[in-house]
Amino acid sequence: MSSKFQIFKIGFFDVAPHLLSVIPFGIIFGAIGIELGFDPIMTYATSLIIFGGASQIVFLQLLSGGASSLIAITSVGVINSRHLLYGAVLSEYLNKLSSIKKLFISYFIVDQGFAVSNIYFKKNKEQNFNHYHLLGSGITLWLCWQISTIIGIYLGSIVPESLGLKFAIPLTFIAIIINELRKLDHLIVMIISGLAATFFYNAPFKSYILISPLIGLFAAYLILKFKR
Amino acid sequence: MTWTSIFIAGFITYFTRMGMITLIDKDVFNESFRKILSYVPSVVFPSIIFPGILLDDYGSFVAISDPKIYGALTAIIIGYFSRNVILTIISGLASYWFLIFVL
Repeated sequence: MSSKFQIFKIGFFDVAPHLLSVIPFGIIFGAIGIELGFDPIMTYATSLIIFGGASQIVFLQLLSGGASSLIAITSVGVINSRHLLYGAVLSEYLNKLSSIKKLFISYFIVDQGFAVSNIYFKKNKEQNFNHYHLLGSGITLWLCWQISTIIGIYLGSIVPESLGLKFAIPLTFIAIIINELRKLDHLIVMIISGLAATFFYNAPFKSYILISPLIGLFAAYLILKFKR
Repeated sequence: MTWTSIFIAGFITYFTRMGMITLIDKDVFNESFRKILSYVPSVVFPSIIFPGILLDDYGSFVAISDPKIYGALTAIIIGYFSRNVILTIISGLASYWFLIFVL
């Protein structure tokens, strides 16, 4: 039976390889926030308060482009809705914890932490204190995200605008979904959403960011029906 | 106004994290709803990628020779074969800068 601290450490080591992508991503986010014209404190506050990389970029990009707050906030909700899936899976392993502990741990649930801790939970179902693994992976990712955002904010204020760092936004998102390109159904849905976004780009209040995912999801729904 | 938006966005994000763990019965989601949710990244991110590459700052189509198009293609090809997140971003930026500053 492992001690709490040992399990926490396993969480740290399991998630460590992912820091290779999380830290540069945090730096890119911080720099982009400054490039888009937000002040350092506001850019950093999104890392502390929202704490969801891709959604933070979209949020600042939409606001800087003149989107309404409602659109920007809704987009964050849509992008982060995937956490609902993680929660549904994790709730099975966390159901013995007190509400306070659940509320605390929830803040640290992110993609990479979920991925490694879920594997650990499956392998060690009977063990006590498993949630320390999620804390180990989550707090590690949280700390690295906060620090790398600050580094990015600093770099963003010295990088010249002529570098066109805004181009890092679509590139970052290409990197996030690159593995889904291998699946034909996802590829079709991606092309439909992307073309719809380009077509509706000039719709009022930047509402393209909600219209095109809805069109894409409808396509996904049709594909799922067709598959059956 | 922006601060209010950040706090609301933060609260919603936190809710997506803790909702299923503390409040909602997980059986609320049936299988097909879960399947649809799994497509969320594939519909949201292309909605940012395509306009970010194909349109300029004013919402008009860029020329077919625009460095952004070649930067994105490089990133897709390198990313597809390497499966490496950082290599994808760096190869895209490097080819973009090469076209802008060297050629």
